Amino acid sequence: MQRFANPARFMKLSGMLLPPLAVAAALLLGAGLYLALFVSPPDYQQGEAVRIIYVHVPSAWMASLVYALVAAASVVGLVWRHPLAHIAAEQAAPLGAGFTFICLVSGSLWGEPMWGTWWVWDARLTSVLVLFFLYLGFIALVHAFDDRTRGSRAAAILAIVGVVNLPIIKFSVDWWNTLHQPASVFRLGGPTIAASMLWPLLIMAVGFMVFFAALLLLRMRTALMDAKLRALRFGAT
Amino acid sequence: MNAFLALTARDLRLALRQGGDWAAVAAFFALAVILFPLGVGPEAAVLTRISAGVLWVTALLAALLSLERLFQADWDDGSLEALALSPLSLELQVLAKCLAHWLLTGLALTILAPILALVLHFDFAGLTALIAAMLLGTPVLSLIGAVGAALTLGARRGGVLLSLLVLPLYIPVLIFGVAASEAAAQGFAARPHLLLLAAMLAAALALAPWAAASALRQALE
Repeated sequence: MQRFANPARFMKLSGMLLPPLAVAAALLLGAGLYLALFVSPPDYQQGEAVRIIYVHVPSAWMASLVYALVAAASVVGLVWRHPLAHIAAEQAAPLGAGFTFICLVSGSLWGEPMWGTWWVWDARLTSVLVLFFLYLGFIALVHAFDDRTRGSRAAAILAIVGVVNLPIIKFSVDWWNTLHQPASVFRLGGPTIAASMLWPLLIMAVGFMVFFAALLLLRMRTALMDAKLRALRFGAT
Repeated sequence: MNAFLALTARDLRLALRQGGDWAAVAAFFALAVILFPLGVGPEAAVLTRISAGVLWVTALLAALLSLERLFQADWDDGSLEALALSPLSLELQVLAKCLAHWLLTGLALTILAPILALVLHFDFAGLTALIAAMLLGTPVLSLIGAVGAALTLGARRGGVLLSLLVLPLYIPVLIFGVAASEAAAQGFAARPHLLLLAAMLAAALALAPWAAASALRQALE
């Protein structure tokens, strides 16, 4: 990892990685959407509306994954002072907040016709909403100080404190009576979802991940260029 | 142990000498609770239904009020830097400050709660559970709040930011605090909820001073 601490080397590597990642994301998302919207079967109870699952579930997975990434990058940044760690965390956080928002909104749109309610205060929805606010708090804290380094480090501590929410999100459907569906994919005993729906779901999930990776690299490159510009314009900061 | 108690005593003495802050928290709690019957209407059934929730939410908000100044005064006049150099670890110092903060706010809120529960027509079958839940929950509020206060030391618009950071982390305390109070009021067992609150307290006691101390070290760099 120390090899990639050099921003110039990171710029070179990410510059090489970005086009293939973007193409892969486009292909995976395109294939995934085609499978999701046309090939996968309608649900015997929910009909065609079940296809929201192919957006709702991958964005939910990304919301938690990105937060775990933000927390891990925060640990790396605080403990090893890796120069790119804080940048990675700060650029990933708005993306994670976006995925959480998509998850909440798509879930809400799905819930109204299917379960008769836009929202319910059960454990899963409440803990994902808390995750959303943790993201917003992280972003706010980064920009809350005149000294940008202080903001990055304070936000890193906040990210680590908020990790306690992730197991709550994952296991909330097991620990409490909830309206939300219990785990159907990541569970002991294997997925219970039909293969014809599982494969489009997994392809969409991988597509989301590659899309996120491409966006993250793009944002990190932009942040590094921005920092360089600022340094050139104002001298050292 | 001496240093720990001395630090707590110092914080208590300073707060009591500088007057008003802890009294303002208690007054805010009382006033905010009183607003609800005035807003929602005096119908006893409605008030009983919302009483536990209202008590806990206003207690949360009242606890938030005094958090900003937990480290601010020491940071402003430089005594935080001197304290950081002391042989007592920063984590224990945070714990001492949290203890002082809890004695001034959390304990006051717990003592006031039964009186205000009367105003809200709270079912007094749940009173013991309410007090037990507040005794377990308010220290958690002080501890998590200390982390937030340490993180926002010297930030722009620190007060609002503190609320944004700390309220999501307060939500579990709120949920189980209300659950304990309402369960007992309705004749169910409050013990599971109280045990979960105790677990949160144990976790907060262990982890919050560590997080707050790292945040303070960031602030002092």
